[in-house]
Amino acid sequence: MAGQRLLIRGGRVLDPSTRRDEIADVLVEGGRIAALGPNLPADGAAVVDAAGCWVAPGFVDLHVHLREPGQEYKEDIASGGRCAVAGGFTAVVCMANTQPVNDDPSVTEYILDRARQESPARVYPVGAATRGLAGEVMTEMVALVDAGCVALSDDGKTIMDSGVMRRVLEYSQLARVPIITHAEDRTLVREGVVNEGPVSTRLGLPGNPATAEVVHVARDIMLAELTGAHLHVGHVSTAGAIDWIRAARERGVHVTAEVTPHHLALTDEATLGYDTNTKMAPPLRSQSDVDACRAGLADGTIDAIATDHAPHAVHEKDVEFTAAPPGVIGLETAVPVTLDLVRKQELTPLEWVRRLSTNPARIIHRPGGSLEVGAPADVVVIDPERRWIYDPAKGWSKSRNSPWAGQEMIGRPIATVVGGALVYDVERGVLLP
Amino acid sequence: MMGRDLLGIEDLDRADLERILETAERMQEVGRRDVKKVPTLRGRTLVNLFFEPSTRTRTSFEIAGKRLSADVVNFSPSSSSLTKAESILDTAMTLDAMAPDAVVVRHKVAGVPKRIADALAAPVINAGDGAHEHPTQALLDCFTVKQEKGRFDGLTVTIIGDITHSRVARSNLYAFSKLGAEVRLAAPPTMLPAGVESLGAKAYTSLREALEGADVVMVLRIQQERMEGCFFPSIREYAATFGIDRKKLRYAKDDVIVMHPGPVNRGVEIAHDLADRRPSVILDQVRNGVAVRMAVLYQFAGRPATREG
Ligand SMILES: [Zn+2]
Repeated sequence: MAGQRLLIRGGRVLDPSTRRDEIADVLVEGGRIAALGPNLPADGAAVVDAAGCWVAPGFVDLHVHLREPGQEYKEDIASGGRCAVAGGFTAVVCMANTQPVNDDPSVTEYILDRARQESPARVYPVGAATRGLAGEVMTEMVALVDAGCVALSDDGKTIMDSGVMRRVLEYSQLARVPIITHAEDRTLVREGVVNEGPVSTRLGLPGNPATAEVVHVARDIMLAELTGAHLHVGHVSTAGAIDWIRAARERGVHVTAEVTPHHLALTDEATLGYDTNTKMAPPLRSQSDVDACRAGLADGTIDAIATDHAPHAVHEKDVEFTAAPPGVIGLETAVPVTLDLVRKQELTPLEWVRRLSTNPARIIHRPGGSLEVGAPADVVVIDPERRWIYDPAKGWSKSRNSPWAGQEMIGRPIATVVGGALVYDVERGVLLP
Repeated sequence: MMGRDLLGIEDLDRADLERILETAERMQEVGRRDVKKVPTLRGRTLVNLFFEPSTRTRTSFEIAGKRLSADVVNFSPSSSSLTKAESILDTAMTLDAMAPDAVVVRHKVAGVPKRIADALAAPVINAGDGAHEHPTQALLDCFTVKQEKGRFDGLTVTIIGDITHSRVARSNLYAFSKLGAEVRLAAPPTMLPAGVESLGAKAYTSLREALEGADVVMVLRIQQERMEGCFFPSIREYAATFGIDRKKLRYAKDDVIVMHPGPVNRGVEIAHDLADRRPSVILDQVRNGVAVRMAVLYQFAGRPATREG
């Protein structure tokens, strides 16, 4: 990947790691940022015209499901990696709920091997926190991290046994990685499939109360406080949980958090037509929860935007609402959907970039999120005004389960560079590998 | 304004409801004739698509269709919980190939009639979907109340029981409040769904307060199997606190009527001696079902089967 010389010319450079926000050229060479400044000479380098565009460190998605190994009919590392770079993400963190579960270093090695061969984006695996995601016996965390896992999580399932969660958090400090919690108390969720409230009552579908998330986040924060471990709250969706996270951070608990584009942009009213592409876990919430997610992201309580890209086949979603699996694809729509916060001036462009690159890279202790000279050349060029219609059938995912199908989007990545190589160009598509 | 499908009372306005009730009055006259048949839907095909068995409702639609001279086809896909979730689109495509003029859908999961309607050319009539809506039940309940009381404005309708899991409660709540009545809901707090007052009713956990001055008392069926121990402690305690008998009815108006969508659990939600005699009008409800469903078929299946937009 390291061969190309590339000059990204004339864009608005947004680098949260140095608080840089200025028009400049970026020269990429030998897989690294070689120079940054005005009017750099091309000297035979390939040129990407970034005039009118934003140039940012490549985005890092802390939460995707690539479905490989085991469910390649939904997505695989190749197709998921293509979605990533088409959406401006140069690295994705993939959850452990594959088949077999990534609870063993051999699975981690398989994922990384496939990624080296097939994925234009960097792939950072998450190891399971408990064997088989059963919530009972902890995995060989040190071995998983040595094999390349950047975090540990039973995502998709919840560790309900508080004693197990306590030991998992305690022991994770030996492996020096965060524990990502999927915080939904199953005994409160029960059959719930939509946010409990006026919408679930109108639909006549079982409600999943916000309290199911709040109770669990509160428990996990207390256990993080007890153990001193790094807790990362996946896909936070409720005002109550955000209040708990804010208070915990104020008293020094090591807790970070992410929010999805759909929880920032959609309320449970999107479910009123029974479209199973609006069924997620956690579910879409009320307007006041959406407002709290946006405010929490703006004030820094929530560190990162993560997509929870969760592909499911058409035949799996085309069933009764209660029977459909939860989750939506999100890698290719995250940029336009979350740019709404910039347009409404809830985030500056620089702070928006920070939550998509610098902060998530730091949470998993990986390079990225910086355009400093010498940093790995993971770069995204975004046209924040570009209008386009999103059609999942023309996208890069094997699945089509998006709540934004057919809608007009504003803003789009036009070029993505990973390790110095141009891997995506909006006109030509995914170029490598 | 009425759309092409009848998916729920929520989508209708007062004028729509009044038009259907007026049509039902004319249809009831047909039922009193020697030859109980009119040629209104001759040559049209009505499909009863019942994923969840319900002999009562299906038979009522079947008689209604036949009295209007429609050809009625009953289609009951296997809905065993062991079979894999069925592709809604596949079902709709299969049906479309039969070119029906209307499809009556019953399913145990909320929203399935809507999804089928989205995929079908023919109009869809919801015959009950999960805890969502049961519009023809609400229409026949309104029809029965209109016969008894002659009006809706100023009436107080109290619905008692498991509101959370009841499609009948939701459809009746919309119907009676759109027609000008005050709707009250009464249940133990575990059976009042979140935010239910936003649908336009007042919620009560005191049965006595809910009954005070009521003109109509509507008693819902308790699903004993799945409710006991989870939503209320025991049948005995439910019957004692929310079961309706003549003594508790004294809080309501003297000329109160008692309704029930059936089938009745005698001695649970309603006292044995109340189920078959005044002020109960349960048998009138069943009788009125056919006339109301004839009116619904006339309104929704009598139009050319084309979908606009
Ligand atoms: Zn999750």
